[in-house]
Amino acid sequence: MMRGSGTARQFSTQLAVIGSGIAGFAASIFAVNRQIATAQVGNTGALAYTTGYLDLIGKRGGAVVVDPWQALASLRESEPKHPLSRLDTGDIRQAFTEFTDFLGACGLAYSAPGTGNLTALTPAGTLKQTLCVPATMAAGARALAADAPCVIVDFKGLKGFSGAELAANLRQRWPRVTTQRIVFPGMERGEIYPEVMARALEVAATREQLAAALRAVAGTAELIGLPAILGMHRPDQVRAELERLTGREIFEIPTMPPSVPGIRLRELMQQVLPQKGVTLIPQQRVTALSFEGDGATLALCDAFGPIRVHAQAVILATGRFLSGGLEAHPAGIREHLLDLPVTQPADRADWYRARYTDPRGHPINSAGIEIDDSFRPLTGEGRRYHERLFAAGVILAHQDWIRGRSGAGIAIATAFKAVTEAERFLAGRQAMAPGAPPLQCH
Amino acid sequence: MSSDATTLETEVLIIGGGVTGAGIMRDLALRGIQSLLIDKRDLCAGASGGNHGLLHSGARYVSTDPGAAIECRKENALLKRLAPQCIETAGGLFVAVQGDDPEFADRFPALCQHAGIDCGELTPAEARRLEPVLSEKLFKAYRVPDATIDPFHLAMLNVDHARLLNGSLYRPHTEVLRFEVAAGEIRAAICHDHLHNRRLTIRARQFVNAGGAWAMNIARLAACTDVHLLYAKGTILVSNDRLAQRVINRLRPPGDGDILVPGGTVSLLGTTSTRVEDLEQVSPTAEEIDRNIREGAAMIPALAGARYIRAFSRVRPLLQPSGTTDRAATRGFALLDHASQGVDNFCTITGGKLTTFRLMAERTADLVARRLGNDRAGLTATVPLPDNEASSWADPAAAPKRWHHDRDPDDMILCECEMVPQSAIEQVFANSPDIEKERTIDLIALRTRAGKGPCQGSFCGIRIGSYLYDRGYYRDATGLAHLRDFLDERFKGQRSVIWGPQAAQMELAEALHCGLLGLDTLEDE
Repeated sequence: MMRGSGTARQFSTQLAVIGSGIAGFAASIFAVNRQIATAQVGNTGALAYTTGYLDLIGKRGGAVVVDPWQALASLRESEPKHPLSRLDTGDIRQAFTEFTDFLGACGLAYSAPGTGNLTALTPAGTLKQTLCVPATMAAGARALAADAPCVIVDFKGLKGFSGAELAANLRQRWPRVTTQRIVFPGMERGEIYPEVMARALEVAATREQLAAALRAVAGTAELIGLPAILGMHRPDQVRAELERLTGREIFEIPTMPPSVPGIRLRELMQQVLPQKGVTLIPQQRVTALSFEGDGATLALCDAFGPIRVHAQAVILATGRFLSGGLEAHPAGIREHLLDLPVTQPADRADWYRARYTDPRGHPINSAGIEIDDSFRPLTGEGRRYHERLFAAGVILAHQDWIRGRSGAGIAIATAFKAVTEAERFLAGRQAMAPGAPPLQCH
Repeated sequence: MSSDATTLETEVLIIGGGVTGAGIMRDLALRGIQSLLIDKRDLCAGASGGNHGLLHSGARYVSTDPGAAIECRKENALLKRLAPQCIETAGGLFVAVQGDDPEFADRFPALCQHAGIDCGELTPAEARRLEPVLSEKLFKAYRVPDATIDPFHLAMLNVDHARLLNGSLYRPHTEVLRFEVAAGEIRAAICHDHLHNRRLTIRARQFVNAGGAWAMNIARLAACTDVHLLYAKGTILVSNDRLAQRVINRLRPPGDGDILVPGGTVSLLGTTSTRVEDLEQVSPTAEEIDRNIREGAAMIPALAGARYIRAFSRVRPLLQPSGTTDRAATRGFALLDHASQGVDNFCTITGGKLTTFRLMAERTADLVARRLGNDRAGLTATVPLPDNEASSWADPAAAPKRWHHDRDPDDMILCECEMVPQSAIEQVFANSPDIEKERTIDLIALRTRAGKGPCQGSFCGIRIGSYLYDRGYYRDATGLAHLRDFLDERFKGQRSVIWGPQAAQMELAEALHCGLLGLDTLEDE
């Protein structure tokens, strides 16, 4: 792969995806499914902060959304510039299906997108509407709906996950929920962490000891709710075995970030995508992106020196402030890589409302870059920045993914659209210049 | 009046839980006089809690108000001796940079000497060796005995000591609505108890108005029209890191962005001064923030790119000046006995500054004691302020030190930024005012450093909430509503300085609090 020592290593590919959040990984998955040679680069971003829930639209105007597909229709009416308003419902459904199928095929089972939202549990005992959940979490929603006798078990030393809090806030809706605190096997003293617990549960002996401790407190409960700690790489098997050993149905509840379900997604992608032929250069920030006549060049650097990626098309999925796609400066919000114009409030004083939890959300949340119908970013004059450049994810303007409970939905659906458009562009190019190799190392 | 109204009796009612009110309470208790201290919000909710925490050497006032300078010098020395647990003897520098008036700089040591303030000249190189953040454009530097003082810790210890001495009590969330006046005397204060949402009548022999910026309004409730205050809004920024070890003052007449004060693990940059009319609605503006940073950066260039975690504004009460500017000649204090106003048992103490709180309290207590026929002298200039471990959790420097001393691995740290463990919460509850039976996040937020660090409560708020549920203090959705209110309150201080890494942190916090936990829509859950 090296062209020579001292100079930059060079990669050529059809599609370069910049960003390693859900949008970036979704884009790589869709590209893999379409046999597009792909390189994915950029910081791993906020993936470890996700709960594992895949929201489409969970709230609108502060109100619960039962049917996100119906909400899409009204969104198109009231917010035509919202990224989800610019997509076909069929495409959005297909995007979710492809994404969850891919994860399932790789060993991380998810519920398929249904006709309506699921009602899922949060670590505070509040409820959250979401479209798809990891298989390890699905039983919680069902048990809540059925008021099944359930014990939520928490652990001595695990901060920020309180069974008492969950039960106190759920009890009105779920009278038969109770809670118990136990000691995690081998972690009797001091603070313990979900990631460490999850890795410990990859070991059979730990599972057996935990199952014994769970049996001792389960009483008449038919289900056991646990913080999301059921293994890192094979959570479905860990859960199945604990169910066998305890004789109860078991489900996970998300914890405070960084959470195990987010780390699972990240580790799975990092393992699987290279196996599928994706050139993955994670954890590195792209320092420059330039366009020449015959393609785009990404410049970045890793521990072994500089890297150049040459691509026929580029998808910008660098996220917002947390992932570094956008930067908030006292003088204004800027897009980090190309200095694309960012639609934003006129004045810094207007970025945030007076009240933090204002259900209307903060104006800064809707800031972002502008795109045309082919999801190509626009310049200040309203022209395409470049025919080879596409954008996806929450960097796009005119959406508030937090208040709308639509982060994963925007990421997955817009990545689908951007890949589809990039594929169309690449096909056109290929028709003109047949025989372009899918992935070439100089 | 509603049927559940209650009546309390006390010798002296002190209105206003700033450091002055707390100081009066202790001073009276040392003379054997029992009192009740009330605040419409809580300890240090006004200017006492909204300043740099600077214990002036007096050097700041040598050019504008030599009298105040001498007062500060004396109180500084006295408090360092009697309340060392609340003070960090950081030391201070006065520095002039290119563009500042060299004549003013040259006059400075003589003015200090005149006020009896220990002041030594440093070469620019020496000053920059002590504080490497100082500008290369520095041309003059002096060291002075500035220090920092934690007003929350100080107020709590004064209240604690008064309670220990003679059972004097403190009641937060108690607001005076009107006074019952008869025959030239106030008989009772009719209050609203915000905690229990009911009326409360407080009868007393003497009434003290230590309302700070609110003193004029409170005096008017007793038809006293001799309190004349102007309101100066001051805006201060808090940086993520401690940028300097010492207090750094700009060597020029008082102005914007001219002081950087260390506060435990952070630094505080201030202060802009703007005349305002409204006492309740004050928040930092982008313009004030930018002005502070611009001016401060002339002295300390790193301030231009520093990460700020908070900015806050408070109103300082200024005594009506006679034709001078807000910054000059108005930082003194005034004690009004209201004898000319037709009430004999009411007085108002206002103006002044944190450094002279003890002196203000002493003068007030002198008047109150005399009126009560108590001839015992004040003792606060000689009796050390006793320590109380539970109150020290408010001190920015105390918590981490102690945690390293006696660490029990099961005593988990709930606020990781400021090292506040579970045991601190239990101590604070055990020591909290009697009327606060409720064990809430708010109580912890006021009486510990929890939520004051870089994460500003985003994570520790959740952990503390969970812990309070675990302990059974919360048993229903109230805990989540309190968590939301706590986060809303912390946000007020963050809102004006969210850029750079703070914007990233805010995105994560909002995703967690609103996106996941749904704290933005608790009502419809």
